[in-house]
Amino acid sequence: MELIAEHPVLDLSYFKRGEKVEFTFDGASMEGFEGAPIAAALHANGVRVYRETPNMRRPRGFFCAIGKCSSCFMVVDGVPNVRTCVTPLEAGMKVETQHGRGHARIAPILPE
Amino acid sequence: MTDISTDILVVGGGAAGLSAASEAASCGARVLVVESDLQLGGQLVKQTHKFFGSKDEYAGTRGYKIAGILLDEIEECGRGVEVLTNATVTGYYAEDKTFTVMRGEDSYSRIKARRAIIATGASERLIPFPNNDLPGVYGAGAVQTLMNVYGVTPGRRVLMVGAGNIGLIVSYQLMQAGVEVAAVVEAMPRIGGYWVHAAKIRRLGVPILLKHSIKEALGGRVVEGAVITELDDKFNPTGQERSVDCDVICLAVGLSPTTEILSHAGCKMRYVPELCGSVAERDRTMRTSNPDFWSAGDAMGIEEASAAMVEGRIAGLCAANSLGLPAKMEKLDEYWARLDHLRAGEVGEKIRSGIVKVSRGGWEACCNE
Repeated sequence: MELIAEHPVLDLSYFKRGEKVEFTFDGASMEGFEGAPIAAALHANGVRVYRETPNMRRPRGFFCAIGKCSSCFMVVDGVPNVRTCVTPLEAGMKVETQHGRGHARIAPILPE
Repeated sequence: MTDISTDILVVGGGAAGLSAASEAASCGARVLVVESDLQLGGQLVKQTHKFFGSKDEYAGTRGYKIAGILLDEIEECGRGVEVLTNATVTGYYAEDKTFTVMRGEDSYSRIKARRAIIATGASERLIPFPNNDLPGVYGAGAVQTLMNVYGVTPGRRVLMVGAGNIGLIVSYQLMQAGVEVAAVVEAMPRIGGYWVHAAKIRRLGVPILLKHSIKEALGGRVVEGAVITELDDKFNPTGQERSVDCDVICLAVGLSPTTEILSHAGCKMRYVPELCGSVAERDRTMRTSNPDFWSAGDAMGIEEASAAMVEGRIAGLCAANSLGLPAKMEKLDEYWARLDHLRAGEVGEKIRSGIVKVSRGGWEACCNE
């Protein structure tokens, strides 16, 4: 993983790195730190393209890191348009590149 | 949908918001801090350099340690301050005096607050150039988040756009993290940030190219390089171009105040270039034209974290006072003396001239017009 291994000012324990957990990106198994943003975990695994735009099919990735710009929208556990820069990574998450606007699976409304 | 109620809602848990929350809680107010990021501390948690300013605002202390001091102060407030992280205030409904907040990606709550302090900070500006949407073109704050909060290497070699304080400081931080900085380009004919920050990266051999800007980002799926160009006195390209080997292009081209909620609340706004955007009119207590709303920090105009902390204290003190709580209002003069000190001299001239344009003697006088 592309992680900082030494730092002249910050103690490595300062970095928000929870337990190491496994998740998948487009089916490939990867490792990341629980509780850190999904986008940061992907970046540490060398993944830079997080979605493709609806019309021009332009690649998009990390940009603002504060949940404002929509650049890092991905499909997480089947839910599209997840802001991966502010969504914490959990063990076993299924993370996928979002193509276009994303499609929500709408659960059928059952009578009570 | 759940409902939450509080005396004072503080939107934003950075330098201004944390200062406001602990000040208000120390007067006896019940405070709720809502923060959109995964942790409190705002931009302070990402700063590895020692701060300037004055001793009262921790000059000589590294930014992330100042965040620690503020968080300890919040901790000491005990149940006086409740905190929601990973929660974004999405709107204010004036007819019900109700805020909506999105927690995580799909859970919503309503917040009823008697007073609100808006400390939403700022967002990064983007400049137009071909391929500026390629992955690898990152805001300076995002680069700091990756490397200084989560310990992730942002890239191999970075082109920095902008030689203001943020561009200079983040260039140095990149080198601390073991990342090469190819160059800093700056469209203006002079360095915008403090000389001491520029000297640190010059000593390490990074060129600061004045009257230069980025012409385009290169690459198919991600950034694989950049073309930079020299500019003439009217900021037009001279034709002198060169390509730069880089996999990250970091934009440090300024910030804009984040003011959506103040607009929702009908606060009188005014565009002030010296404060870097449209900001709320305010009185000496940091109250806006909506009597239930205070604001502090970068949301009120782009400035240093040291000033944001003092403005936050003023807003917290005065919002608590408006609820009839025992606030020591004599502290107001002391806080203003600190602000005047931080804004003194040539460096503070731009801020001072901006603030004059949006300052009101008092809203009572204003409302009687």
